[in-house]
Amino acid sequence: MTDLLGALFILASLGFFAAGSIGLLRLPGVHARLHALTKADNVGLGLLVVGAGLIGGDLLLALKLLLVWLLVMVASAIAANLIASHAMKDGEES
Amino acid sequence: MILTQLIFGITGGLLFAIGLRSALVRESLLARILAVNISGAGVFLALVAIAYRGLEETPDPIPHALVLTGIVVAVSATALALALRRRLEEADDE
Amino acid sequence: MEITLWHLLDALLAILLLGLAWSALSGSDLRRGVVLFMAFGLLLSLVWARLRAPDLALAEAAIGAGLSGALLLLALRDSEKPGNRTVQTPPLLQLATLLLMLLLAASFALAYVTAVTGNNGDRLAGLAFGNLEQSGVSNPVTAVLLNFRAYDTLLELAVLLAATLGILALGAERRPFRKPGLLLGGLVTWITTLLVMVAGYLLWAGAHAPGGAFQAGALLAAAIVMLRLGGMTSEGLPVSRLLRWLLAAGIAAFMLTGYLATFLDLAFLQYPEGRAGLLILLIESAAMLSIAFSLGLAYLGGSPSGWEKSSSKGSPS
Repeated sequence: MTDLLGALFILASLGFFAAGSIGLLRLPGVHARLHALTKADNVGLGLLVVGAGLIGGDLLLALKLLLVWLLVMVASAIAANLIASHAMKDGEES
Repeated sequence: MILTQLIFGITGGLLFAIGLRSALVRESLLARILAVNISGAGVFLALVAIAYRGLEETPDPIPHALVLTGIVVAVSATALALALRRRLEEADDE
Repeated sequence: MEITLWHLLDALLAILLLGLAWSALSGSDLRRGVVLFMAFGLLLSLVWARLRAPDLALAEAAIGAGLSGALLLLALRDSEKPGNRTVQTPPLLQLATLLLMLLLAASFALAYVTAVTGNNGDRLAGLAFGNLEQSGVSNPVTAVLLNFRAYDTLLELAVLLAATLGILALGAERRPFRKPGLLLGGLVTWITTLLVMVAGYLLWAGAHAPGGAFQAGALLAAAIVMLRLGGMTSEGLPVSRLLRWLLAAGIAAFMLTGYLATFLDLAFLQYPEGRAGLLILLIESAAMLSIAFSLGLAYLGGSPSGWEKSSSKGSPS
């Protein structure tokens, strides 16, 4: 039962990752692409973490995966801030 | 199991060939360093594919140790090559 | 042969690997090539996980994608030359090279198929697994690296030291980065602390789980890289005199253990009975420090400031 639930979460995360990748390819400009990458991909990773934690079954493993998700969110947020401020300084529009 | 080994072994050989061709053909030093790294990755892939024993059995640890050594040696050789390249470019600019 | 979903995954991974490698090397923009190479390294780490090699997956993600990528990105700002020119070779040489590569491919294919489908006679893996209990650790890769083939690891540390000596001899370090803003500074503080903790854990866990000295050393090198990116000019590197000792610490630990063994009437690097686990941990700790500072110096790109002053004992060189 938990395996099935975990698989559903992972399938949902695939949708978010696909949305993020399509946004990276199709959206115009640096800032819009940053939106797609950070928001969609991080939600996708969160769902993936929940799914993997359910399938794994171990509480310690789930907590470690949660820590991975938090680290990725922090790193991607700061990286997005740096990229956006540099793009603005370089004079890119949008 | 054999099919997995064949798939990854052939990929390793092809990666080696792609890297070797680019290393010989491109003029830029950085491109050549990238190409040699990809060749190395191809060799590692072939080695680990030989070590694979299927989903049930523990894989052969000796090629894994060889590849781990190889990864560290590859990064240190890349670092030395990049330092040499930096000196060469500085000398060219003088 | 039955085709399962795993083979579908394998084929997908293989196609992605080849595609990434080809587009990394065939583009004219070198920045694009370097970023695609980092993606290639991460995908390769996934492939190691698929092939049941978790130690390799850790090392590839930390070293192959992380450190190599950081080094290459830094090298991009060393010079601004365009990267798309190809060497002009006469057609006869091209034909000869093509024939040579076909010969190489054929011999590799022959060797590979023999290795994979050959007779299931005595293989080294059987020997390794058979002696695993006496090796002092329970992770087979660590046992092979630091017990059965310890000599190879000693020589690998020597290669690392040789590359570091080359980098140190080639000139001063790259120009440092500017002072960070609030966000990057905070991130550097937290991440560096976390990296040191996780490196210590990986070193300890390498005895019974995937991990070990190389992965831990790579994480410490990543901490040095983070400090450098945060604008610090000394990057947590110790003073030059101490740094020299730390760079040689891994090899020194190996050699001391080896000679200790010869004093006890054993062969060089033959661990005494029952002491293998402890000796492996000590050697791994020293090796972790060596690897960390070697790779950190590689990121600096040359001798750090203050290197010359400590070498000639006060007299100007």
